Amino acid sequence: MAKIKIPPVLRPSVGGEKEVQADGADVGAVLRALAEQHPATQQQLFGADGSLNRYVNVYLNDEDVRVLDGLDTTVGESDTLVILPAMAGGGA
Amino acid sequence: MSPSGAEVIRKIRSEVEEVDPSEVKAALNGNGNSGVVLLDVRESEEWDAGHIPGAKHVARGYLESRVEGAIGSDRSQRVVIYCASGQRSALAANTLKNLLGYENVASMNGGITLWKDRGYEVEKPVVLTPQQRDRYSRHLLVPEIGLEGQTKLLNAKVLLLGAGGLGSPTALYLAAAGVGTLGVVDDDEVDLSNLQRQVIHTTDRIGTPKVDSAEIAINGINPDVNVVKYKTRLDASNIMEIIEGYDVIVDGVDNFPTRYLLNDATVRLDIPVVSASILGFDGQLSVFAPHDGPCYRCLYPVPPPAELAPSCGANGVLGVLPGTMGLLQATEVVKLIIGAGEPLIGRLLLYEALGATFTELKVRRDPECPICSIDPSEIDESQLGVFPDYEAFCAAAG
Repeated sequence: MAKIKIPPVLRPSVGGEKEVQADGADVGAVLRALAEQHPATQQQLFGADGSLNRYVNVYLNDEDVRVLDGLDTTVGESDTLVILPAMAGGGA
Repeated sequence: MSPSGAEVIRKIRSEVEEVDPSEVKAALNGNGNSGVVLLDVRESEEWDAGHIPGAKHVARGYLESRVEGAIGSDRSQRVVIYCASGQRSALAANTLKNLLGYENVASMNGGITLWKDRGYEVEKPVVLTPQQRDRYSRHLLVPEIGLEGQTKLLNAKVLLLGAGGLGSPTALYLAAAGVGTLGVVDDDEVDLSNLQRQVIHTTDRIGTPKVDSAEIAINGINPDVNVVKYKTRLDASNIMEIIEGYDVIVDGVDNFPTRYLLNDATVRLDIPVVSASILGFDGQLSVFAPHDGPCYRCLYPVPPPAELAPSCGANGVLGVLPGTMGLLQATEVVKLIIGAGEPLIGRLLLYEALGATFTELKVRRDPECPICSIDPSEIDESQLGVFPDYEAFCAAAG
């Protein structure tokens, strides 16, 4: 099972957890498994056509999946996925 | 009978290639990197009194032992040596050529005296006052900073976007470090609810414009710092005018439209941005150095919709967190100015305070980035400062 690090804005959708686990052979499968466990994340991660929303960055360990094979990137048991939407807070 | 000193010098000068200052100037102006190494062989006091910009310095007495450290060991590179009048430089050229094997060496005729007579540019290094030597003594002791680094800091111009959570600690520490000019952009006034984290402001300055309050604190720490105040919001109409001429920009703004606007303008003007953002217990930090690494749009091509982009005002933030992230920003600013270490270019640092964890992610340049994949020299002058309507762009993306 891969680890998924959840950004602050998505934590309310996964019961407040900072890290969850989900099964899947590739990035797409892991994220779809996450969305099944926590349906509130579905709309935040995926567009209506099932593709990853452009404003959500996903990293396999420290590498952006956009420069790997995107949602088809193979995920191993000990891998960590980082979900990262942009943040703009400046402490105003 | 042994020859006189004057005869030896005459003989050496007749054997060494001599070039006129005008040729040296033309070679240096040819392009940013002309391939010519300019070497000043005068004494340290003479160097300190003024030298040709871009020159390396090794006093003639240390030539054999230190020249490789100053100009490198490539024997085929073009080296032009100068002194005050052209005499010591001819002797040094002789040494470099005949003893050290540098093949392409010349001496500048007339030295820096003739260079100055022609009205060419001379750079005068900052000479620290005794007070400054004391104030910055802990910097002067660090080999990576020293007098050269401190001089760079004193000559540096840094623009802070926002005198809020992130801008407060950054401004205070950059002021203490001796950054010569600090620009501060903020249109807000100090509010009681700011003081949980915006440590540059004080209770007795509630209601004061933040730029004024910041100026008081900055000059309270270090009166050397020239504070340039912009009591305004950064927008498409004023950004080019405000940011031009700054060496580094510290981005601590609280909204996406300004972050994208800033990115595009800084890529066009080739100004590095040290960017941080915070929310709750989480912070992000990266350095966007145009064309050396990715830009903000490479990392975040599209802003998130409003429900995924809450502000600190709406969702709250740990008061200490902007301190942590702001000081990481200040550190990156100092590194960029003094040219030390590995700046956080092409890397995104995530800090999660509750877990006390740091995560580093790679950020790649997007070869199809609409902004930084274009050569700025190919951008027409009339395009500079012209931006689409960012508010609408971000609202539409949401």
